Amino acid sequence: MTSGLPPAVLGGRIVRLAEKGRPQVRFRLDGADCQALAGDTVLTAVLVCGPAVRQSEFGREKRAGFCLMGACQDCWIWQEDGCRLRACSTMVAEGMQLRTVPPETWP
Amino acid sequence: MTAPGAEKVVIVGAGPAGIRAAERLVQAGVKPIVIDEGTKAGGQIYRRPPRGFVRSPEQLYGPEARKAVALHTVFDRMIAAGQIDYHPQSSVMTIADHFLQALTPAGRKDFTYDRLILATGAMDRLAPIPGWQAPGVYSLGAAQIALKAQGVALGSRIILAGSGPLLTLVATQLLKAGAKIAAILDTSSISDQAAGLPGMLVRPVLVLRGLRMRAKLGRLYHAGVTLDRIETDERGPVGLCWRDARGRAHVTACDMVGLGWHLRAETQLAGLAGCMFDYDESWSQWLPRTDRMGRAAEGLYLAGDDVRILGADAAEVAGRLAATACLADMGLPSADATSDLRRLRRYERFGRAIARAFPWPGEMVRAVPDETVVCRCEGVTAGQLRESVVYGGGEANRVKSLARVGMGRCQGRYCQLAGAELIAEKAGIQVCDAGRLREQAPARPLPIGEWVRDA
Repeated sequence: MTSGLPPAVLGGRIVRLAEKGRPQVRFRLDGADCQALAGDTVLTAVLVCGPAVRQSEFGREKRAGFCLMGACQDCWIWQEDGCRLRACSTMVAEGMQLRTVPPETWP
Repeated sequence: MTAPGAEKVVIVGAGPAGIRAAERLVQAGVKPIVIDEGTKAGGQIYRRPPRGFVRSPEQLYGPEARKAVALHTVFDRMIAAGQIDYHPQSSVMTIADHFLQALTPAGRKDFTYDRLILATGAMDRLAPIPGWQAPGVYSLGAAQIALKAQGVALGSRIILAGSGPLLTLVATQLLKAGAKIAAILDTSSISDQAAGLPGMLVRPVLVLRGLRMRAKLGRLYHAGVTLDRIETDERGPVGLCWRDARGRAHVTACDMVGLGWHLRAETQLAGLAGCMFDYDESWSQWLPRTDRMGRAAEGLYLAGDDVRILGADAAEVAGRLAATACLADMGLPSADATSDLRRLRRYERFGRAIARAFPWPGEMVRAVPDETVVCRCEGVTAGQLRESVVYGGGEANRVKSLARVGMGRCQGRYCQLAGAELIAEKAGIQVCDAGRLREQAPARPLPIGEWVRDA
């Protein structure tokens, strides 16, 4: 399942400053086991582990969200089942399978 | 006189304006439908963290904690008492002819209404600088939401740049929370800020609070800067190149840049609902045309930062006024509006002075190099936009058709104003003559499976 993925995550860009005592939530990002905290958005959860949520379709750069209020649509992220979700306005849930690149089944 | 339940009223947005509008309607015996994108009411300014978070309102909202708690309490009580029909986490996608459709957690939901109150608020106003499409560049509002609603900083070496009250506020909040800030770069000059000061003195407590916050930022804060470009590598920003007020060049290392130039009214739904717009020179943007109470058209009312960028206190007043107008038009008894109208006039003097103090960086936008990305959604550059003006003419909707600036997923929210500036420069016309992008439904991207279904 993990073939064709970009190199292993380079470490996150988000720094936790407060509210660190919440229960842990496990999810998978590009096939790797990751941990988040209950109440994290998918965006927070992913950016604690890695630097981006997706590759831009129109440029060479990756994307990591921009407005965090559902207005810019920068933070859509893939799931293993092929559905995408808006990372800034979706809460992370136990067992989520997220991908920064489309699944192989995507045409 | 009509019975209070005879007409159906929908409120969109549950920030300060929407909450006060709902409260006023409920007091008159009307049960409004409230549709809001948030998980809980509060809007962006009084956004509440998810369940399980422990910081106090004082830690979250500072000196505004009392106002935040009052609004949350009023709204939660109305829900508990069954006085409103509340739809959280729901986005209105289309509006036409007393009919609207929203995407809710349960899928598409259709609503009919007799009267509509839009309290959709505002978003960061953005200007492009080379490199801003990189991951790790965010809006100033994003930096604040991350801290308030998630308890996180979006980087470990942060530069905040742009202008407006939010710049100083976000910097103060991040520093207090223990984030590392490398620089705070304000494109507004000391003389611009001084020119706004007399008008701002109608709210002396806020001015004093702002000046105190600014003083504490110390040597991190620089006024009158020019932002040249964000240096990036594969991972995101590594430095910001800027010039100080005396023209000296600097490069400051960073791994996150937060950008924003005050606010832009969120008017997508107002446009779909049939509002007229005027270009406002104070706020350098198109704003809906309303009367003093917020009436925009027959059965259509607007309140809050989506009408004038006046902030949360004014939004509470405007929400009450819009509901008062709505009740009066329904033939129901409503409160006397005189003192609220007087308050709103004072807030407007203050708001226009703030806009004067922290202006839109029109000159900086006009000077961006051709390779600068203007549309972050689709990577359209300033050069492509300028070229489309040459063969298509200086009009925003033409440029949208030809160069796709404003066609992307954000629907022009983050490129429209910079685009208009660049069109005006290339065509040799005024920004107000470059035209306003026509709104198109749906107001947000939506999964097609949620929309196309058997009736």
